[in-house]
Order: sequence, then C-alpha cells, then structure tokens
Amino acid sequence: MDGNLNALTTVFTEFYYWVTVVFMFLIHVGFCMYEVGASRARNHMHTLMKNIMIIPLVTVTFFFFGWWIYWAFPNFPFWGGLDTEAGAANLPWADTMATNLDDRITGVFWAAFLLFSWTAASIVSGSVIERIRSSALWVHAVMIGSVWWIIDAAWGWHYGGWMVRVLGYHDAYASGVIHAIAGGYALGVIMVLGPRLGKFAKDGTPRDIPPHNPWLLTIGIFLIYTGFWGFYAACNVPVISPEAIDGQITGVTWTATNIYLAPTTLSAITFNFLMSLSGGLMAAYVVSKGDAFWTFSGGLAGIITASAGNDLYHPIQAMIIAAIGVVIVYKLHHWVERRFKLDDAVGAVAVHGYAGFVGLVISGFVLWGVPSSPYEGYATINPVGQITGAVIMFFVLGFLPGWVLAKIQSAVGVLRIPEEVELQGLDYAEHHAYEDAKAAIIAADKEELATRGVAAK
Amino acid sequence: MSTNGYTSWAVDLAEVGPVYPFQGYEVLMVIIGVAFWIGWHRIQFVREGEHLEKARHTGDEEKVKIQLERY
Repeated sequence: MDGNLNALTTVFTEFYYWVTVVFMFLIHVGFCMYEVGASRARNHMHTLMKNIMIIPLVTVTFFFFGWWIYWAFPNFPFWGGLDTEAGAANLPWADTMATNLDDRITGVFWAAFLLFSWTAASIVSGSVIERIRSSALWVHAVMIGSVWWIIDAAWGWHYGGWMVRVLGYHDAYASGVIHAIAGGYALGVIMVLGPRLGKFAKDGTPRDIPPHNPWLLTIGIFLIYTGFWGFYAACNVPVISPEAIDGQITGVTWTATNIYLAPTTLSAITFNFLMSLSGGLMAAYVVSKGDAFWTFSGGLAGIITASAGNDLYHPIQAMIIAAIGVVIVYKLHHWVERRFKLDDAVGAVAVHGYAGFVGLVISGFVLWGVPSSPYEGYATINPVGQITGAVIMFFVLGFLPGWVLAKIQSAVGVLRIPEEVELQGLDYAEHHAYEDAKAAIIAADKEELATRGVAAK
Repeated sequence: MSTNGYTSWAVDLAEVGPVYPFQGYEVLMVIIGVAFWIGWHRIQFVREGEHLEKARHTGDEEKVKIQLERY
C-alpha cells in the first residue's frame, strides 16, 4: 500500500465489506428460521440441515470456481472470449486467494459475493421443503450459488458486463441478478418436484398448509430485513475517486458508487430501502386483507421490486414501485398456484422471482435514458434492455437450468423422497429414537424413585 | 527452516506478499480440496439413499398418526 490515503481507503473498504458480510449472515439465519417455522414438526431437523449445509457447499465451490467465473465471464461467450487475465488473480490456486500482505481486499470482496450466493441457494431451498432429497437440493445449491447466479453477475452486475454495455442493463441492488434468477430457478425445480402431499384437494383446490411456528417465521423475516441492510451496503463501492474510476466523471469529488461504478450515495439507498419496505408492507396488508405472513413477505417483495433502481429513485417513487410490485406478485402467486397446481411452500418464487422480474421491467421505464455506466459507449437504461434482462435472469439462467437438472434427477429417481417417508416425516427416525430414549429414561427414573422409596420405608 | 519462507518479521512489509505455508503447492491443495468436496457429495448421496430406503419400511402406523396430530 503506497501512500497513507491509499492505505486508509483500502483499510476502510476492506472493513466496510467485512461488516456487510457479517450483516448478510443474518439473511441466512432468517431463511433457516423461516423454513423451519413454515415446516411441520416432523420435518424440522431435516429442513434446517438442508439449509445449513448450503453454507459450506456453496462456499467451497465459490472458492474453487464461482469467483473465477465472475471475473472471466463478463463478455463470454457471445461478446468476446474468457477474460483469462482478470480471471487469473481469482483462480483457487492464485496467491491472491490466500493470506497475502500484498492483497488485502480480495477475501472480503469474495465473501461479499459469496453471501449473495448463499442467498440465491437459500431462496430455492425454501420453496422445496418437506419433500426434496437433501442430496438433490445440495446439487441445485451448488449450481445456482456457484455457477448460474455468478454468470448473470458477470454479464449484468459487473462494470464491464455485456448486458450493461449492450442492453443498458441496470440492477443496482439485484432485483434480477439474485432474486429473479433464484425465483425462476425455484419455479423450474418445483414444476418437476410436485406439490407436498395434501397440498391440493381432489378437485384441485389448493389447501393452506399453515406454519408450524408463526413466531419463528416472524423473527426469521425480520432477520432477513436486517441482513438486507448489509446486502444493500455490499452492493456499493463505499468510496472511490473519479481518477480511480477512469471514466467520464470530471472533477475530483470522491463518491460512493453502485456496482457499475456509477455514482450514488449511502443516504439515497437508506431512504429508498426504508420507503420501499414501507410501500411493500402497506400494499401487502391491503391486498392480503391483513394476512400477517403475506404482509411481512410483502415488505421484502417491495424492497426487491424497487431494488433495481434504488440507487437513483426518489424515495416516494421507491415506495410506489414497491407497492405496485407487491400487488402484482400477490395476484400472480395465487393465479399460478391455482392454474398450474404448483406448491411454492414459502412463496419464494413470488416474493423473489416475480418481484425481481417486475422490478426490472418498471425500472426500464422510470429510468429510461439514464446512463447505466460512467464509461463511454454504453447503452443507456431502457425498457427493452430491462425486459430482455428480466427474461435472461428469470427464464434463461434461472428457470431453464433448474428445470433441466430437476428433470434429470427425477428421471433417475433421486429428486423426491418416498411417499411413505413424506407422510411419516423426514425426522421420523430421530423422533422415534427421541421418544424411545425419553420413555426409557423416564421409566428408569421412576424405577429409581420407587426403589429409594422402598428403602426409605 | 520455515514453511512459509520467513523466519523473522524484521522485513519491509512493502516487500512481502504471500505468507501462507507450502507456497508452490497451490494446485495440489486445490486438487485435494475438490476431492474432499466431491467425496462428501458421494458419501452423503449413498447414505441418504440407504436411509430413505430403510425409512420407507420403519413407520409404525400408530406412531405416525401421533406425529401427524402433533403437526
């Protein structure tokens, strides 16, 4: 690190991303609590384990190849070859991917992206609870977390990505690159996986499967909100000089930027995060007629809808866009459920997938003509680019890969658990052992008490 | 002798890069890491298949009913 200002900027930036990573961990805690709260008692431990093991599996694969994809794929395959030069420093055997006093930032930057990977995989995990094999879900987790989402990030969430350059794609806080793709992926999987036993009556009417523990669900979603703060901060570059950006910005004013190195402020995203949360909660309360869980989820869906443009929107725009998105998401979820008999157990396809898709489309109109990048020659933000981007995220990189892999798993019989096991519960063996152990120790204690009682007399 | 090439920190940090042990064996470490990851999937896949097959035949109807009632 040469020069004190450079050193301070580097230290501040690495600490900034490090803090966002810690915050984002709460998203995963929240997802785990939400899933366990939504599942029935006979599946709790399996549901929890299914989500927890996403952490190590996505982490190691993101180290082995996910991070390299981000740097090598921005223009691959149709707009140029692999960027092997940028990718080289991010290969798992590069000395920058380790303890290195000459590189103090790669690890925390890698981790900030990695936490997004966990989120993408965890979104899919929620929609398939109580009937998927863990082994099947964990392959999906690796694919969405360390392959598909990071390809979309290279294309549309990188300052040099072809979607940004050619389409003017703009997705500052990941409406599409995390939420639409993960929701689309989940939709592909549940189409093949099928609904839980009893979800639909014989005449096709959907049954509500209420959460086992509504309070766990509530705390879960509030932790997701909390982690989302870290997620938003992690999407920004906290401070950078125009000289370092080396684009068209003139003057010497340092700024925070979005991932595309276009200017924004932490103040802007704080306004917009809270206003879109509020718009989502209010709309969801009205449209669901006060249903607690749809209202809570609506807050999340509101943020997700506004996220594509929350670096630039006015707070009232963020609120209204969030509210519009939530109404569409709510209606679409119930229409799809009835029409296609799909069991999206926690509403993940709707809250993440549909909200992300709708958010991208709306931002194309509201931000029409705004520069997508500080660099010369990039397309400006426009509706065609955003709609094309939404289709790429939700269908091409999300739905299609999820559906194809699930089809293969289903064909060889390794996707879904046997019907008998689904009915008795995935934790049956553990419950059985627990009840037997409990009965045995109670009997032993009673026997001991009786013996002592006899002795005392 | 030192596994990371340094036996003292009496150095100019501007001249210091990697400090992890066994530098030069990074590719071998990646191969071991990938084998560990793939091996884990294999072990888990086989065990889960056996567990589910066994579980299909172990459900006691009365106990299952109790579980269903517990929700």
